[in-house]
Amino acid sequence: MDKGSFKVKIGLAEMLKGGVIMDVTNPEQAKIAEEAGAVAVMALERIPAEIRKDGGIARMSDPAMVKGIQDIVSIPVMAKCRIGHFAEAQILEALEVDFIDESEVLTPADEANHVWKHDFKVPFVCGCRNLGEALRRIGEGAALIRTKGEAGSGNIVEAVRHMRQVQRELKELTILGTEELMARAKELGAPFEQVRQVAKSGKLPVPNFAAGGIATPADASLMMQLGAETVFVGSGIFMSEDPAHRAKAIVEAVTYFDDPPRLAEISTGLKSAMKGLDISEIPPEQRLQERGW
Amino acid sequence: MKIGLLALQGDYARHEDIIRQLGWETQLVRYPKQLDALDGLVIPGGESTTMTKLIKASRFRAPILDFAQHASILGTCAGLIMLGNKQIDSQIDTFELINVEVERNAYGRQVFSFDEQIQVNVGDETQSITATFIRAPRITATGANVEILASHNGFPAAVRQGRHIGLTFHPELDDITLFHEFAFGRQGI
Repeated sequence: MDKGSFKVKIGLAEMLKGGVIMDVTNPEQAKIAEEAGAVAVMALERIPAEIRKDGGIARMSDPAMVKGIQDIVSIPVMAKCRIGHFAEAQILEALEVDFIDESEVLTPADEANHVWKHDFKVPFVCGCRNLGEALRRIGEGAALIRTKGEAGSGNIVEAVRHMRQVQRELKELTILGTEELMARAKELGAPFEQVRQVAKSGKLPVPNFAAGGIATPADASLMMQLGAETVFVGSGIFMSEDPAHRAKAIVEAVTYFDDPPRLAEISTGLKSAMKGLDISEIPPEQRLQERGW
Repeated sequence: MKIGLLALQGDYARHEDIIRQLGWETQLVRYPKQLDALDGLVIPGGESTTMTKLIKASRFRAPILDFAQHASILGTCAGLIMLGNKQIDSQIDTFELINVEVERNAYGRQVFSFDEQIQVNVGDETQSITATFIRAPRITATGANVEILASHNGFPAAVRQGRHIGLTFHPELDDITLFHEFAFGRQGI
């Protein structure tokens, strides 16, 4: 019997496809998320918009809070560790979370290294802004990649930029000659073997999800049409006026992402979305997407 | 031959690859009327709570039950849960097409997911395959007319009732075409 192999880790990511993963901060929100049709919840103490507002060091959640959420829902429960903080990751694995997000939303613990994710049985998801970053994370053992976007902004523009960048760089690789791949691997800062595999297949070797700034059913549809296979919604649900209704709408929007009349129906009568931020209002040193190496 | 993949949520794209390998046409199914043109349907792995909500929202229940009267349905993992007997969790509405009791997430959370070789009896042959179990359900009881095609640790892992097949594991993750071929390729069922 083989537990925690790379295939088994990717297996769970495959099961989450075509779904919505929702940030929740307490068992009540987790229940609302599950009842709305979330495929998984991300348990964290503060949603990104609050972390942004409050400042200070953002760390792994209290295990009691994670357990409280595990007890109340039957869907997978994810939790975040700080970039490079393998001790937090070990604790989250001991808590039997279903996925660990090594996340730029929390304050990084290591300015050079990410967690060596192959050492764990629990699968990891990591954010990326481009193909090189995605392939470095996969090389370290990430079983799922998501765009970083700009968490807590309610603004989709960065997630779009990151998804387009990854998709463009994937396409570019497929038209390069074999002799050009080493130089390209050097430019991307990505492991050569990963680059060679992607050049052949034209896609990432793990599922590719969207995160960071999704606030409406239309945002979810946009990311799915750009090639995302599932969406994470962080602040977008529980910072909005009617979270239960909005959560359900985004779940349906992911399934019917290419059906505009249905999306029009789904989007009708939703109360206000989260207010959101223009990216230029966020000073560069406060942009979460800059975290990660 | 055209096989549908219930594409509301889950790993339907992996099943689509298997159907294509078998040389059949595929159709992603998101609207009940799409069932009309199909010879079989796969309900993939995913989250049964999410699938139930989307089945309700798109009024799939009666059309799928009608479809099941004349065509085969193959369900893996969450798909098996949907084909089995009633669940205790009221968030899940099953189709009750295969008379089995199914316990969700019976092996525990993702850190307990695994793959293992199991013996399968399909047709007249016995063969060994890799079976991948992801937060897998367990069949705890089988009713009359349910044939057991494979077991794991004494519990049924692959079952058939009439034209429908349910699996607690994921052949689509190991490129195994056997069950899809058995479900949709046989004559006279």
